[in-house]
Amino acid sequence: MDQISIDAVGRKEMTTYTEYPPKGYRVRISTYWWLGRWAYLKFILRELSSVLVAWFVIETLLQVNALIGGPGAYQDFQGFLRNPVVIALNIISFFFILFHAITWFNLAPKAMAIRLGGKRVPAILIALPNYAAWLVASVIVAWLVLRG
Amino acid sequence: MTKRSNEPLLWLLFSVGGVVAALLIPVHLFLFGLAFPLGWLNAPSYDALLALARGPAGRVYLLVFCILPLFHWAHRFRYTLYDGLQIKHLNELVNTFCYGGAIVGAIVATYLVVHIP
Repeated sequence: MDQISIDAVGRKEMTTYTEYPPKGYRVRISTYWWLGRWAYLKFILRELSSVLVAWFVIETLLQVNALIGGPGAYQDFQGFLRNPVVIALNIISFFFILFHAITWFNLAPKAMAIRLGGKRVPAILIALPNYAAWLVASVIVAWLVLRG
Repeated sequence: MTKRSNEPLLWLLFSVGGVVAALLIPVHLFLFGLAFPLGWLNAPSYDALLALARGPAGRVYLLVFCILPLFHWAHRFRYTLYDGLQIKHLNELVNTFCYGGAIVGAIVATYLVVHIP
């Protein structure tokens, strides 16, 4: 994870994260720098998808806890899941996590530049196995859960 | 002399957790968070779900499903705060909150999964 900082002369340099800020003149960057451009906002939204990932893990742990509690506790938990606030949160989470999944799978072609016969293999072909794995995993989970 | 860093391990957990989250959370969230509560699909019975969760494979699956994405969150959220809000002076606090939160979550997950009847 590297950060690009701009020094007084305007040169861009790659610096690794340091625990203490290096000495010297630095251009002050606004706290809201990521609101300035769509690409920056997209970056922050992508990073924030991790918060919704954590939320869904908590939701799953609550569900496991309800399973341990017995059929009554499990019924109560289904009621909690039907709460409009929880539904709304889950809808938002769903879009954020789809955004995470798509951006994550699309990273593979950026990391691997494969050439075949002198031509670069199109990005979509390198990302394809990721999407195939996504589909297979989803089908297996849905089959196991829905068959009951 | 180079100082040994935890960064590679934390990055690995972030990365593997990112894969688990991308592959598995969408289908789980769609089924348990939307399709079942909204009545689009018939929810599995308590007994059917318990049967899935209680076997060795179900328990290992639940541990992987919960723990790795928590470390994914910890690492990514740490850097979101670092880059987004630039609260570098709160580094120690942020790190404790993020990785500490993931460790607590991992302990809770293990406790729960072990106690599935």
